[in-house]
Amino acid sequence: MAATADLFIQRLPEVSARELHVLAVDDSHVDRKVIERLLKISSCKVTVVDSGTRALQYLGLDGGEKNSSIDFDSMKVNLIMTDYSMPGMTGFELLKKIKESSIFREIPVVVMSSENILTRIDSCLEEGAEEFLLKPVKLSDVKRVTDFIMRGEGMKGGKRSQKRRRSDDCIPSLTTELSPLSPSTLASKKSKL
Amino acid sequence: MDVGQMQRQWLDYTRSLFIEGFLDNQFLQLQQLQDENNPEFVVEVVSLFFDDSERLLKDLNFALDQQGVDFKKVDAHVHQLKGSSSSIGAQRVKNACIAFRNFCEDQNVEACLRCLQQVKQEYCLVKNKLETLFRLEQQIVAAGGSIPMMELGF
Repeated sequence: MAATADLFIQRLPEVSARELHVLAVDDSHVDRKVIERLLKISSCKVTVVDSGTRALQYLGLDGGEKNSSIDFDSMKVNLIMTDYSMPGMTGFELLKKIKESSIFREIPVVVMSSENILTRIDSCLEEGAEEFLLKPVKLSDVKRVTDFIMRGEGMKGGKRSQKRRRSDDCIPSLTTELSPLSPSTLASKKSKL
Repeated sequence: MDVGQMQRQWLDYTRSLFIEGFLDNQFLQLQQLQDENNPEFVVEVVSLFFDDSERLLKDLNFALDQQGVDFKKVDAHVHQLKGSSSSIGAQRVKNACIAFRNFCEDQNVEACLRCLQQVKQEYCLVKNKLETLFRLEQQIVAAGGSIPMMELGF
């Protein structure tokens, strides 16, 4: 188990030379289409699924812990962006399952929700979510998140990065943002190391 | 009408939709995601919104028609409709959904039925407006012109 995990971690530095592969999870047709476009514009490879169950299937976590026939290179996911409110498995439940997995817990998970509920945000961050984005998600949000993940992966070379401070997230967004008064809520603190 | 006139007409029409509150900033965000390689992006997203909405409105009718109304289900449908309308910037539909959810909490069938009518009305209005807008766009493109970029600040 440890040997496999090491193998996985050793592959991480390659990310900075290629595109991020993002797995997006949302039960809404409209939102899937939008997030896919936002991610493609942010130069990411995108896989979109419509439920937590399908996300786990894609990762190979549905049956047991690991499916040894997974081709890590093609399927390796660098970031998971999931909606919170989904029928069946919620985004929160998906987050938990990922963080409970010894293989996939290192993948950053971003939770998206249309509801600005503090307790919800807190529990997601406590459970290990990298960020909580308020819907409707903007291009500036996605660019900020993907830029951060790209930088983080390149720098840390496989290890978890240091605790991020709030100020790290207040990076001026790129020129594509229209409204200067973006109401996106963003609260990030490091979860468990 | 020449292309310039059509473009001005498009601009005026789009502006009116914002001023009258049918659309909000999120719609502009979507337009920004469209380019020569994805010229139909907004139309495609809005079509998905139309499909989703029609399905949800049917489901809402059905749910509120039951003997014992399942308000959790009703609320779930309204939540979805609120989400998709918010994602395309259909502000008035979104606001009607927000009001609707309050009455779901109160478990008031009569009020919910009124809300449903309100949501349907707003949906029909914005659908009409958007279809008109897209027709104007098609005319501009057919005449060899391009769609202007909308900016905030009117």
